Amino acid sequence: MSEPGVELASGQTLIVATRKGVFFLNCSPDRREWELSEPGFLGHVCHHVVLDPRDARTMLAAAVTGHLGPTIFRSDDAGRSWVEARRPPAFDKAKPGETPRVVDHTFWLSPGHPDEPGVWYAGSSPQALWMSEDAGANWTSVSGFNDHPDYELLTEDPQAGTPDGPVLHSILIDPRDARHMYFGLSGGGVYETLDKGDTWQYLNNGMATTIAEPAGDGVREAQPSSIEWEPFGDQHDPHCVQMHPLHPDVLYQQNHCGIYRLQRPADTWERIGDNMPKEIGDIGFVVGLHPRDPETCWVFPMDGTDVWPRTSPGGRPAVYATRDAGRTWQRQDQGLPERGWFTVKRQAMSVDGGEPAGVYFGTTSGEVWGSIDEGAHWQCLAQHLPEIYAVEHATFA
Amino acid sequence: MKVFIPDALRSYTEQRPCVEADGATLDELLMDLDQRYPGIRFRMINEQEEMRPHVAFFVRGEKTRDLRESLAGSTEVVIMQALSGG
Repeated sequence: MSEPGVELASGQTLIVATRKGVFFLNCSPDRREWELSEPGFLGHVCHHVVLDPRDARTMLAAAVTGHLGPTIFRSDDAGRSWVEARRPPAFDKAKPGETPRVVDHTFWLSPGHPDEPGVWYAGSSPQALWMSEDAGANWTSVSGFNDHPDYELLTEDPQAGTPDGPVLHSILIDPRDARHMYFGLSGGGVYETLDKGDTWQYLNNGMATTIAEPAGDGVREAQPSSIEWEPFGDQHDPHCVQMHPLHPDVLYQQNHCGIYRLQRPADTWERIGDNMPKEIGDIGFVVGLHPRDPETCWVFPMDGTDVWPRTSPGGRPAVYATRDAGRTWQRQDQGLPERGWFTVKRQAMSVDGGEPAGVYFGTTSGEVWGSIDEGAHWQCLAQHLPEIYAVEHATFA
Repeated sequence: MKVFIPDALRSYTEQRPCVEADGATLDELLMDLDQRYPGIRFRMINEQEEMRPHVAFFVRGEKTRDLRESLAGSTEVVIMQALSGG
């Protein structure tokens, strides 16, 4: 199958996955000029499209349409042609007495450890973890989680989850050890494995839970949980978890209930969002990490009051950055619209490795914004795109 | 026999609207179709062997939701789909 014939990505690119296809936003070496490709997979819902940094050519695309089943496409030539997975993520046929499970869509894609070329991981809705050992051609279930005896307690009911379905996301592989991984369940919490997925530990100490009521001042507050193993997974709702690329013991998390940081081997998350301005709060979907400095990250706060509009507080879009691991935060809105009513979804922020680092995000209203000075100034790089689900900075060979 | 392919699945059949496949039942025919055009069946039939919503199969001019439907006496199968979503 040859799809989609898009203009090829080259050099530094933002891979923009949208509700109606994928776009490449190619940039000049100085990151000042940007060129948008034609759409690929036009009409497909593309939740995540990711370049393999191990060869800088292979890309996987998680795609589904409104009327056909989910699948994964692979390109070995940086987008010139695509081949469909021979076996996309799919549950086993249910045995008598078992609850039949059907993959609705693949939501998240993560290239594996550098020492394991060809290994990829995927997260789906309903929540499940999948692995491929042949660069995305065949996918198998990670049974240690998907067939866990408490699976139905730990995961969210597909019929009762968020509007787009409960998802397994933020699959993070420790660059020092291929057997050490994390992922997030939204809802459900953060999990860690030390044996490549055979067994999993709950990693949610210190995190507020989603069952608390909002406080009267409009800022959502909840009590930290001290439960070591809580068999009611959907109390916790990590929206996005990131591992620092050079300091893999440093994790940041934008949670349904706040912004957190964890320095391993500690196992209790610190709510660094408490230091955000109270009128802004610390609710959001995304967190982006600096490529070198483990004390710098960016978030995009959203309104989590009342019925959760998920737009910027007051309709005044702004990124917030910390340079000191969350002790203080700075508002970064120069160049952003004074008023705006969009959402930045959990996969829609990306940071490049430049000096200074470039920070990018995509909006539900189809705009891509970028800053090549670590958030000090923003410019609109593309507009009038479909609803943006994911933005990934990539450097092609 | 002839199998009529809807627009959204023609990327699998090199854009051909009508292809050949064989089988004694609808299930066998879709298996054969998948051998010829890998991946096409899973877009229509999920892992629990259920037809996905919005995909319809017509045998002898009648809509069927039964993969065991016999194709005896049939010369063609028509696959149709609704364009759901927005």
